Amino acid sequence: MSIFEIIGGIFILLGSLFLFLGGLGIFRMPDIYNRLQAGTKATTLGAMSVIFGVGILQLEDNWTWILKAMIILIFIAYSNPISSHALARAMYKAKRYPYIKSTDENMDAYREISDNQNKEEKL
Amino acid sequence: MTYIIYIAMFFMIVGLTLSAFRFVKGPTAGDRTVALDTLTIIIVAGLVLLSYVFDRFIYMDVALVYAVLGFIGVIVIARYLEGAL
Repeated sequence: MSIFEIIGGIFILLGSLFLFLGGLGIFRMPDIYNRLQAGTKATTLGAMSVIFGVGILQLEDNWTWILKAMIILIFIAYSNPISSHALARAMYKAKRYPYIKSTDENMDAYREISDNQNKEEKL
Repeated sequence: MTYIIYIAMFFMIVGLTLSAFRFVKGPTAGDRTVALDTLTIIIVAGLVLLSYVFDRFIYMDVALVYAVLGFIGVIVIARYLEGAL
């Protein structure tokens, strides 16, 4: 194995692990804001790492792969936070309140609003 | 090298399955849109990995176009859910 294969393999393994963690966060988290947090950040890092690893793997045979890999990587790096921000803003404007599990009594009024909203909004 | 690709594909398929489950089950439309965003990104990474496996340079273009279309779709659905469209 050459040095390019070792570095690219490490990047691909790390990226696929982060993609798996993003899918697990989407499956596990209780609320839409938590799902946005888990699903967007982990998958951004994972996809960037996998694409950069493929560019590194082909570097000794064909150096043009890394140029297109960098184009896709830069596009993902700015488009994924924008879509996450747009979704969070839309949910906040549509009055979806977050899931509250704390035992603080100052949060009681807010928890009641949250329960009513989540019962009504079954789109 | 082949085993590294297999392990990476296994992790990606498990992540795809979990987020597809949330896409089917999700209680509201917002949850489904979040799951759609995650599905798009995982599929883009998988297409780039497949372009290395099959040694076809043209699949990178497919991944780029799919990333652009998924981004535009998520933005449009978010604006619709906000009520501004």
